[in-house]
Amino acid sequence: MGKSKYMNPYLAGTLLGLVLLAAMFLSGRGLGASGGIKYTVVALVGAVDKQHAMESPYYSKYFEDGESPLKNWLALEVLGMVLGGSISGALAHRLKFKVEKSPKISNNKRLLFAFLGGIFFVYGAQLARGCTSGAALSGMAVFSVAGFVTMIAIFGSAYLFAWFFRSLWI
Amino acid sequence: MRTTKGSVAIPPIRQIASFASLLRNDVINFSNSNTQLMGPLSILSELPEWLNLLIAFGIGIGFGFALEQAGFSSSRKLAGMFYGYDTTVLKVFFTAAIVALVGSQLLSFFGLLNLKLVYVNPYYINSAIIGGVIMGAGFIMGGYCPGTGISALSIGKIDAMIFLIGGMVGAFLFAETYPSIENLALENYKGAMRIDEWMGVSPGVFTLILIVAAVALFWLAELAEKKFKRADITREL
Repeated sequence: MGKSKYMNPYLAGTLLGLVLLAAMFLSGRGLGASGGIKYTVVALVGAVDKQHAMESPYYSKYFEDGESPLKNWLALEVLGMVLGGSISGALAHRLKFKVEKSPKISNNKRLLFAFLGGIFFVYGAQLARGCTSGAALSGMAVFSVAGFVTMIAIFGSAYLFAWFFRSLWI
Repeated sequence: MRTTKGSVAIPPIRQIASFASLLRNDVINFSNSNTQLMGPLSILSELPEWLNLLIAFGIGIGFGFALEQAGFSSSRKLAGMFYGYDTTVLKVFFTAAIVALVGSQLLSFFGLLNLKLVYVNPYYINSAIIGGVIMGAGFIMGGYCPGTGISALSIGKIDAMIFLIGGMVGAFLFAETYPSIENLALENYKGAMRIDEWMGVSPGVFTLILIVAAVALFWLAELAEKKFKRADITREL
């Protein structure tokens, strides 16, 4: 089964830029991803322990209007992302359950670091009010200083730490 | 249909002059007053909520499709950015930012988009930098960012599922620790600060600077891919 090649990066970038432009034109905002994860967590906490959610200064603001935190622009956008990614993967014959990793490390090591990486990334994204999509890319597209600073901080830090984690990748 | 030399050689002065003004000012052209269609639609046309959510879902489909097509569903491809063997991230990221930056200014110029109503991310110096550094560490450990993790999840990558579960734990930890880091999160607030204003140049000039910088980075990226070539890895991607 032959895998299709990926799209030319400049063409894919143009496509991504047009999607971002559509979000700005239609909804007056940029793209996001970590926000969708946050709303999922807020909804889960609300479902498990409503009292804790209502008493917490952080969670309570998401329950003020009485609607589900998932009835939200970002949550719907992230749901769409999963469908869009699946369509692309299906067209390119890339749909497959697998752990992607360097052959030099075990599955467990890969999954452990994936888990830790997720914790770090989304914690940082909550602090910076957005991740690579919502803060860096979307911010840069509207001349936001925060967007440029966050972009430089993310990539600069990843280069800085790359040497320590090189055994995971090369 | 032959035209005389003179008739085609006359430049449309007025058009050139008004395009040149793009380089000087943040032009929003309201002169075309019979334009009904002006963005952001959700704000100016007061769309019903269900339509806004449907738009969000549609935007998400496009977003997920573009990320997967770019190859952002592969952590080893993404990690290539930090070891030099694959610089797709840089190319896609900067191309997208420039397309949206130029496109939104053109829409604004033609009176189709009121950029003053588009959300500009607020700038909290401390949390933008510290949050970014924490994200960078997460990127190199996990191999994904949230958007690319969702892209990889959508084609069945198990490592991406674990990354996103970690991400949910991260969001939970943030919410639970928020009272103790609230000061840090709110320190050094600068409002919705714009980089062109901060540099003292017009939006058009800043866009040109960014395009030149991006082309230079693309050239460096091509060099890096040769210098740090890892055929053993890229063959498998």
